[in-house]
Amino acid sequence: MYREEILKKYEPSLDNILYILHDLQDNNPQHYISKEDIEVCANFLNIPYSYVHGVVTFYSMFSLKPRGRYIIRLCESPPCHLMGSESLLEYLKKKLNVKIGETTKDGMFTLELTSCLGICGVAPAMMINDEMVGNLTPERIDAILEERRQTS
Amino acid sequence: MNIVRNHILISIDAGTLMAGARAVEDALIKELTKYGLDKEVSVLETGSLGITGRGVVLVVYPEGIYYADVTIKDVPELVEEHLLKGRPLKRLILTEAPKRTIITKEKTGLLKEQPRIVLKNCGFINPENIDEYIAAGGYEAIAKALQTMTPEDVVNEVKESGLLGRGGAGFPTGLKWEFAIKTPGDEKFVICNADEGEPGTFKDRLILEGDPHKLLEGMLIAGYAIRATTGFVYIRGEYSLSIERIEKAISDARSYGLLGKNILESNFSFDIFVKKGAGAYVCGEETALIESLEGKRGHPRNKPPFPINAGLWGKPTLVNNVETLANVPEIIRNGAAWYKGYGTEKCSGTKVYTILGHVATPGLIETEMGTTLKDIIFEYGGGIREGKAFKGALIGGAAGAFIGPEMLDVKMDFINLREYAAALGSGAILVMNEDTDMVDMLKSVLHFFKHESCGHCAPCRLGTAKLVDIIDEIAALKGKKEDLERMVEITQAMKNASFCPLGQSVSLPVSSALKYFRDEFMARVS
Ligand SMILES: Cc1cc2nc3c(=O)[nH]c(=O)nc-3n(C[C@H](O)[C@H](O)[C@H](O)COP(=O)(O)O)c2cc1C
Ligand code: SF4
Ligand code: FES
Ligand code: FES
Repeated sequence: MYREEILKKYEPSLDNILYILHDLQDNNPQHYISKEDIEVCANFLNIPYSYVHGVVTFYSMFSLKPRGRYIIRLCESPPCHLMGSESLLEYLKKKLNVKIGETTKDGMFTLELTSCLGICGVAPAMMINDEMVGNLTPERIDAILEERRQTS
Repeated sequence: MNIVRNHILISIDAGTLMAGARAVEDALIKELTKYGLDKEVSVLETGSLGITGRGVVLVVYPEGIYYADVTIKDVPELVEEHLLKGRPLKRLILTEAPKRTIITKEKTGLLKEQPRIVLKNCGFINPENIDEYIAAGGYEAIAKALQTMTPEDVVNEVKESGLLGRGGAGFPTGLKWEFAIKTPGDEKFVICNADEGEPGTFKDRLILEGDPHKLLEGMLIAGYAIRATTGFVYIRGEYSLSIERIEKAISDARSYGLLGKNILESNFSFDIFVKKGAGAYVCGEETALIESLEGKRGHPRNKPPFPINAGLWGKPTLVNNVETLANVPEIIRNGAAWYKGYGTEKCSGTKVYTILGHVATPGLIETEMGTTLKDIIFEYGGGIREGKAFKGALIGGAAGAFIGPEMLDVKMDFINLREYAAALGSGAILVMNEDTDMVDMLKSVLHFFKHESCGHCAPCRLGTAKLVDIIDEIAALKGKKEDLERMVEITQAMKNASFCPLGQSVSLPVSSALKYFRDEFMARVS
């Protein structure tokens, strides 16, 4: 099972919990932390389920809800806001026909908001899975989404 | 032997990667090989060249010509024109490039040319190659410290230099180290705070991406000075390239015997590990960071005890910012007196800023402490885009301060900015033109705080929620005059009663926005 493979990489020490959770989430086909993921992690570190659950809910990069193949995290912090991220949010909502935190019906895209990603030199910016993209316009967003649709 | 005629330095950082820097690099190498120029022209990767928003950026040496917005389609022409025929390709030349490193003395009124201390190597060496760092004088400072200085000497040198912490409100670094050295303990830790989450700030990312060994060397020196055994770099989870580069740097340093047991044949042993965050602004606060590093929810701890006395796993722990630590090797190498030659009397050295928003050339600069905001915006930032007028700026990110045109002539350092000191650390300067809606900007700031309040204490949790309700009303033209005073009262209460500096810091953006742009708020309320 892939989860055991993941755990093998780490010492069972509490300070590895964020690495383990990142790894479990990245390898979960639905890009989230499932009940099973939490259980596996809790057993491995010999800590209560509720403890792991508490850690997961604290950090914004972790999700307890199944997500799409591509997770869009649009930055809404002041520098991106100044450069027009709010209208891009409206654009994305309409285009994908989802609300914040929801996934498109075909399971392709999840729309999320995030605080500053540290790439504000090219604001407005977002991440799509691990990739940072900036200087966003509706046209650029169209192209990015289309490219993802093509490759999958 | 090959004689290399030209060096092409291609900037590989998060910004250029997203513009396709790797593809351009591959295309360049292919094209050069096609003409048999691959032995004469070397293509080197480097960190950020300090230019953002201009796609793939590269410099051709010895001419020192900067090209921007280079795509794979441009590569054949670029190689043929510039490297084969020796005619720079005008179409892609970045004319405003050199401006960001040097402003003439006459213009700034400062005594010296603009120096680069922290960013000295950024954009000049390949950050993934330890030999290049060493060739640029790297690891000389730790060698000097180990061979000629006691830990106390090192602490004194840093104290003498007047270096103030670049992550928070400018706490004197030497003093912090002195506390650390005086705290008894057989095991001590050095933590580098690379959680960088303040909106608009990405100086630490560019240091990590552009010169990771400099940070490691700074940590080594700190470790030697306070007699620590282990260091951690806590990096925010989104910074994948930074994490990759620092991990590579650590493994190279280990194989060169610069980390591990008996470094450079001394009695000093020290190793460094990377820890990755998972998205929480509050984890930049040092005690929350320590909680997170231990594998917990990142709630701040009570202070005292301070981390210096009881930090990671209850042991004495020194927490310093990336930029702070990146200053240290040059201080040790060149001495405190040299360092004090830069900056203002009470605030020595340089400061790294990110200039953003409605400026002509957003990007990263390093300039002496004491440079005016006007120079930063109009000289380095190239002024306001599209010939519009300057209206204001938000300096220091969300926890920073709004300022109006009357503040442009203030010399930027921790002392002159006093109550705005926290804003300087982050170095983010978000510039806004005449069309900017200040109510809307404050709204964005307050939404940020509501989102990032960790919920641990009531004043901050409830206060941020209430502030968002009020500002949303004002923005929707449903607010009343009293609401403005309400906001000030709430932030004052938060300042007094919040558990950690996050909640306490909300008053600064609110009070400064109302101070400089009061009329605009008044016009929105009834
Ligand atoms: C909410 C909050 C966020 C912070 N974020 C950071 C950060 O991202 N990076 C940083 O170095 N310091 C941050 N700080 C300041 C740290 O608590 C600490 O003062 C700093 O790392 C000390 O380093 P220095 O002495 O080198 O400045 C933050 C503080 C608060 C209250
Ligand atoms: S002030 Fe805010 S961030 Fe700090 S502990 Fe309280 S709720 Fe958390
Ligand atoms: S504000 Fe959006 S990336 Fe920094
Ligand atoms: S701050 Fe996250 S939704 Fe407003």
